[in-house]
Amino acid sequence: MSAIPNPGIRAWLLSESPESAMQARCQRFYLAWTTFSANPVAMAGFLIILALILAALFAPLITGGDGIHQELSQRLLPPSTAHWFGTDELGRDIYDRIVWGSRVTLRIVALVGIIVVPIGLIIGTVAGFLGGWVDNLLMRITDIFLAFPRLILALALVSVLGPGLENAVLAIAITTWSPYARIARAETLTIRNSEFVQAARAQGASSARLLTYHIVPLCLSSVIIRLTLDMAGIILTAAGLGFLGLGAQPPLPEWGAMIASGRQFLLDQWWVPTVPGMAILIVSMGFNLLGDGLRDVLDPKSAAR
Amino acid sequence: MAVVDPSVTAGAAKQPSLPPFLLKIASLAYTLGLTFLGLTAVTFIIGRVMPVDPVIAIVGDRASKETYEAVFFALGLDKPILVQYWIYITSVLRGDFGTSIMTARPVLTDILIFFPATLELATVGIIIGVVFGVPMGVLAAVNQGRLIDHFVRIVGLFGYSVPVFWFGMVSLLVFYARLDWFPGPGRIEVYYDGIVTQVTGVILIDSALQKEWTVFWNAAGHLVLPGIILGTFALAYVARMTRSFMLDQLSQEYVLTARVKGMSELAVIWRHAFRNVLIQLITIIGLTFASLLEGSVLTETVFAWPGIGQYITNSLFNSDMNAVIGGTMVVGMCFIGINMISDALYKIVDPRVR
Repeated sequence: MSAIPNPGIRAWLLSESPESAMQARCQRFYLAWTTFSANPVAMAGFLIILALILAALFAPLITGGDGIHQELSQRLLPPSTAHWFGTDELGRDIYDRIVWGSRVTLRIVALVGIIVVPIGLIIGTVAGFLGGWVDNLLMRITDIFLAFPRLILALALVSVLGPGLENAVLAIAITTWSPYARIARAETLTIRNSEFVQAARAQGASSARLLTYHIVPLCLSSVIIRLTLDMAGIILTAAGLGFLGLGAQPPLPEWGAMIASGRQFLLDQWWVPTVPGMAILIVSMGFNLLGDGLRDVLDPKSAAR
Repeated sequence: MAVVDPSVTAGAAKQPSLPPFLLKIASLAYTLGLTFLGLTAVTFIIGRVMPVDPVIAIVGDRASKETYEAVFFALGLDKPILVQYWIYITSVLRGDFGTSIMTARPVLTDILIFFPATLELATVGIIIGVVFGVPMGVLAAVNQGRLIDHFVRIVGLFGYSVPVFWFGMVSLLVFYARLDWFPGPGRIEVYYDGIVTQVTGVILIDSALQKEWTVFWNAAGHLVLPGIILGTFALAYVARMTRSFMLDQLSQEYVLTARVKGMSELAVIWRHAFRNVLIQLITIIGLTFASLLEGSVLTETVFAWPGIGQYITNSLFNSDMNAVIGGTMVVGMCFIGINMISDALYKIVDPRVR
């Protein structure tokens, strides 16, 4: 053990008999991390997403402007040392806009997650836990939403709600919650009759308590894996809505909308619409890789074969 | 739950029930009907919530009060909401989606004009996806962990990570504007417009039937780029699923038996393992085709392809709600129908499930 640097923490993390729940939790996390970090593909995805988050956090520090300020004398300049990705039709620095756009992307993804995960968890766990006609009814509704064409329905919804970032998020959320309910229900069905739930019930725990403290936490990991895998799709749909002019509105530096407004300059100033597309491609690749990696670590049953 | 009461199963066996095959079809029809009903409910609600006043959209805001009210009653807007919903369902069942404000034609007529273009594009996409995706998936599975496997994985990753509208734009820039290998946007060159009379609406079929071969080749050229764009997505999904199904089969014992018996590797892969993958693959291909029909919206916008996706988005920007809802309904029905049928096909065809 002396050969390993910093033996204290490592020994603590690998101890056969953890002394506290906290230590056990850290150990589990550490073991998951070692499997995860040994997977180069997953790590690539992780690093991409980390870079995205860092870019969003430190946008004011790593850009020269706010991504909205126009400098009409600097229109449509090709990439140079002053403007790494060139400037757009209003003289805005594209690098700045890409970096600030990472905030928009993260906001979309986070908002969709915040809406979709609780809805899916509540519907799924309640259906699975209560069973009977409640289960039947909820799952019928879920199946109907599961069968809907997502993009077209989101389009129609945005057309009703009116274009805008929040409405695009809402439309995406309405069309994506159903798989989470299915997953949560399936998990609940396997947990429902397990001994620890029966023990808790014998001690007088109410259904609500059983659901919130015992069943929901166990459903979370599969739901989160699914969410990570879905993130790329969510980003692509949001960018598509932005491209059609139904998502984030100008001057917000949303990547899809940037492609749409740069489209007319494709032939002569190719960098204007091309660079934002690269950003979308890289980030959605990142989420796909991360999702695959997480699934391998947290859910070895269905590890990518 | 796990204990089966013998008397119950015995009773069920005696009961003269439908053969399981028919039962499956009945339950499929039930689910389909219910989902269609859900789709009508959602589109109806969307139509109701829409901030555009349907009466003003028809008569204009300078119409007299009498005209307004006449149209108001003619549209049945004075009736209770459930009655309106009932009227809506019955008219949808008759194929009556109302009149499009933009084209002044019944929405159904419009859809019949625009839908074949989408169908043509999606079909080319799925053909490209299957022709390249299936062999790639099989090759990747057979060479698991080797270079070709990684290559297929990267192509797949690109296919479902790339924003199609951007990919389409860049490919137009490179292969049309710069290299001039393929024709540009649109279905056909303008000067060929109207030469072929519309029979099926699918230009390739129409022009071939009428022996207009220059038109045929022109249309085929226009299909290449958007077809490849859609095909890349299909390919990514089909290859990934094929690989995973094949790996599943190759680890089975019957494959080992076949190998031990000295069967050639090609025969083991294609005659044994691949044949068992086929049924699952048909399902996946169906699902992919449905998502291509829907996903063509963005591709159509980039390639100025006069399909249903462009029809819906154009109507959307002109607040032509009848057209939007009609288009959504038709695409939705196709999507749901293909999805459920290919899903059920698996259960019906697979003898183990039957």
